[in-house]
Amino acid sequence: MKQSLTQSPTEIEKYFREMVLIRKFEEKCNVAYRTGKAGGYLHVYIGQEATGVGWINSLKLGWDYVIAAYRIHAFPILMGTEPVACMAEIMGRVDGPSRGKGGSMHIYDIPRGFFGGWGIVGGHTPLGAGLAFAAKYRKEDRVTLCFLGDGAANAGVFFETLNMAALWDLPVIFIIENNEFAMGTRLEYHAADTELHKRGFPFGIKHERLDGMNVLQVKEDAQRIIDWVRENQKPYVVEVMNYRFVGHGAADNDQTLYRTAEEVEQNKERDPLHILRKIMMENNIMTEEKMEAIESEIEEQVEEIYSQALESPHPEKSEVYDHIYTDMPVEKGH
Amino acid sequence: MPTLTYRDALRQALIDEMDRDPEVFLIGEDIGRYQGTFRVTQGLFDKYGKDRVIDAPITEPGFTGMAVGAAMVGLRPVVEMMTMSFSILALDQVINSAAKVHSMTGGQASVPMVIRGPGGHANQLSAQHSHSLEGWYAHVPGLKVVVPATPADAYGMLKTAIRDDNPVIFTENPGLYALKGEVPTESGDFTVPFGKARIAREGTDVTLVAYSRMVSVCEAAADLLEKDGISAEVVDVRSLLPLDTETIYASIQKTNRAVVVYEDWRSGGFGAEIAARIGEECFDSLDAPVGRVGGLNVPTPYSRVLELECIPNEHDVVAAVRKIG
Repeated sequence: MKQSLTQSPTEIEKYFREMVLIRKFEEKCNVAYRTGKAGGYLHVYIGQEATGVGWINSLKLGWDYVIAAYRIHAFPILMGTEPVACMAEIMGRVDGPSRGKGGSMHIYDIPRGFFGGWGIVGGHTPLGAGLAFAAKYRKEDRVTLCFLGDGAANAGVFFETLNMAALWDLPVIFIIENNEFAMGTRLEYHAADTELHKRGFPFGIKHERLDGMNVLQVKEDAQRIIDWVRENQKPYVVEVMNYRFVGHGAADNDQTLYRTAEEVEQNKERDPLHILRKIMMENNIMTEEKMEAIESEIEEQVEEIYSQALESPHPEKSEVYDHIYTDMPVEKGH
Repeated sequence: MPTLTYRDALRQALIDEMDRDPEVFLIGEDIGRYQGTFRVTQGLFDKYGKDRVIDAPITEPGFTGMAVGAAMVGLRPVVEMMTMSFSILALDQVINSAAKVHSMTGGQASVPMVIRGPGGHANQLSAQHSHSLEGWYAHVPGLKVVVPATPADAYGMLKTAIRDDNPVIFTENPGLYALKGEVPTESGDFTVPFGKARIAREGTDVTLVAYSRMVSVCEAAADLLEKDGISAEVVDVRSLLPLDTETIYASIQKTNRAVVVYEDWRSGGFGAEIAARIGEECFDSLDAPVGRVGGLNVPTPYSRVLELECIPNEHDVVAAVRKIG
């Protein structure tokens, strides 16, 4: 896998650190769930890290917009939200960006341009078009990334959104993360045409199927497409091929219902961290020792994130009435 | 003071607010080139152009969701539902998206957006186009729901709705569009606050609580009752969420009798909520059980004879008043 690399060793180290951080953060989230520190629905990004890292690193942070479904912990962290705040939100504590009212699926960092965090499959895709619409209305050159899963690619409202995005030339990129499973239903059992990027075709939207596992490749593709959309002010549909190494959610405790252990094992060759480690070694970018040192450093960092988040208090009961309206109280009592 | 129809009052409110704030835009089916199905937006496409008066594809979930996204970054969309019945398709966007943003973001974002359009029976539009959905929406925390009954309120409340930082459901009964009344448009700054009921007619013997077109039905009933020596007070609720219970209760403390009148299906409609609250809070003032008049619990039939049977009229209201003595 020796190749001519377009990214500098510093950049590559940054991606490696970010991917390790997400991997370990997500593993810790699963621990939080198993030990009762996090509840509800919890969906982790293990196996999909290269997609988030490659795409978010290609944006103008603080200017561009990002919106996603519910497997989202990585996005705010990559955009600059304090990981402790994210972990606190996942634990339902007041130091989360939504003061514990959002949880794992509903993390937002509006000042940094991260718009959540939505739990109805496909339901956030028109909101992504709306963000892009606002940028265009104001004649700003912001690009919107709208991440969705392969399951959402069948939703009616997504087709409606593609039509509007093309009709009005909205600068939005729909990134279908094809991790091969819509919850427990395999791609070929839920999509009549499994080439999901072709969803763009009937609307005349440029569309491509891309790799989501080699972060360096992802970064190159992402930068090329984001630059094109910013320049041309038109939508784009991308299908990114990655793989979910974990259950749909933390409560998905029987993966044998939809895949074999052998399949997971085979896919480990595609693990984005495995691929990046190999590239770095073969191109003499980083020694194995340094990688291990970075991994243990980040492991400690995540332990620290976890314990700091645990120190954040639960909300006061009176907060249940806050933030329903901007300007009026709600009635109190049962 | 100029006399305007309810329809023209709505249009004037849109014009005032679009002139006042360039971030206000309109989106909906056939509102631009076609001038609006009920002509509320007539002339606005020519006046403001295609970028601010946007003809949407017939995809309510899509364009409603798009408006939510645009509102999250501060634009002020006014979404027209060709009829509120079509907003059923967009319920996910209204309830799961618009109504939840402020809470789910912990106050980081809000949705300054209006969804407006005709709600209730028109004339033989039959079962799928005649819904009164304001009670459904008023069930949802995070939304505001208003139901103006007069041209002046249509004007003043639409302006308030557009300036509001929260999602507002604005219901216009199609039977009201041609109603004329004085509207204080001169200054451009007349607004009507939400959560303030209006005494449409003063009386001493019974309180009729109503909203939207049922206010004029209650006024007609009050005329009939007056001939029999019964003095009815009519309270026009004007906004369901927030609800001005104070004005309703004060009227009942004076008259000691109440009948709630609403066009929506009688069972589970918003009038049932108002009646329950009166029962909870005004028991000591009441000389009789709270009366209730609602639409028949049937899908609206096409036949005009049958349709009229479904919609409460002044005689139904008079009968309900007599029933509680």
